[in-house]
Amino acid sequence: MVKINGTELNVSGKTIAEYLATTDYNAMRIAVERNGEIVPKAQYAETVLQDGDSVEIVNFVGGG
Amino acid sequence: MSCIPSKEEMQRTLEARHGKELQAKFTGSTVAICGLGGLGSNIAVSLARAGIGRLILIDFDQVDISNLHRQQYRANQIGYCKTDALKENLQEISPYLDIVTHTVRVEENNLTELLQDADIICEAFDDAEAKAMLVNGVLEKLHMKYLIAASGMAGLGSANSIKTRRVMERFYLCGDGVSDVADDIGLVAPRVMLCAAHQAQMVLRILSGNHEP
Repeated sequence: MVKINGTELNVSGKTIAEYLATTDYNAMRIAVERNGEIVPKAQYAETVLQDGDSVEIVNFVGGG
Repeated sequence: MSCIPSKEEMQRTLEARHGKELQAKFTGSTVAICGLGGLGSNIAVSLARAGIGRLILIDFDQVDISNLHRQQYRANQIGYCKTDALKENLQEISPYLDIVTHTVRVEENNLTELLQDADIICEAFDDAEAKAMLVNGVLEKLHMKYLIAASGMAGLGSANSIKTRRVMERFYLCGDGVSDVADDIGLVAPRVMLCAAHQAQMVLRILSGNHEP
């Protein structure tokens, strides 16, 4: 299981890009943190989610 | 016009308010503000008043009539570069503040150069993609910096839903996370200022040694 934004999900073995494709996130408007470290955008396609990972997807909305 | 106080007098007054040790931390610090709109101009005013030593102000845009309802500019500054207009306004508040301005668009290929001298970086853009670009860029390339970003302060939602959250060791996020200006809910001064105040307050807390939101 992988914890994503506080929810345990059965997505271990998927890459971050594969997981994001199943969601409504716009990849141009997010930052992804995994186990306390930023995942560079260029590595979404090759970073495989592991059992026990803790991931936070920060979504930005407009306004400022 | 009455004359302004001396640098020493202003410094002594800040020391009397904040204590000598804490004021030395504020005076010795450099804070970069990326975007000088509703968030950035209000963050800058708070930090100038607190006696931060040096501010790096970055924005490519000019003051527009549509900015005056929430940003710290005056009607007679329409058409000025925001960097120049804000510098002028901050100097009237805090005449001895060291202000560096960059009238450029922050992009992946210039952010390191623009931000490397800052101790703390405030993300204060209005565009969601620009926000994400800056946050990713700083966390990838300048990971020893403190970064305080904002997402979600549009509309007339409750003041109490604006929060500061510590996402990573050196990355903080302010706002309600969801109120998007693209949903046509507008942006009003108090809620944008609340979010800017959260960002400015987190700057001062980090400088004081307290890293919790």
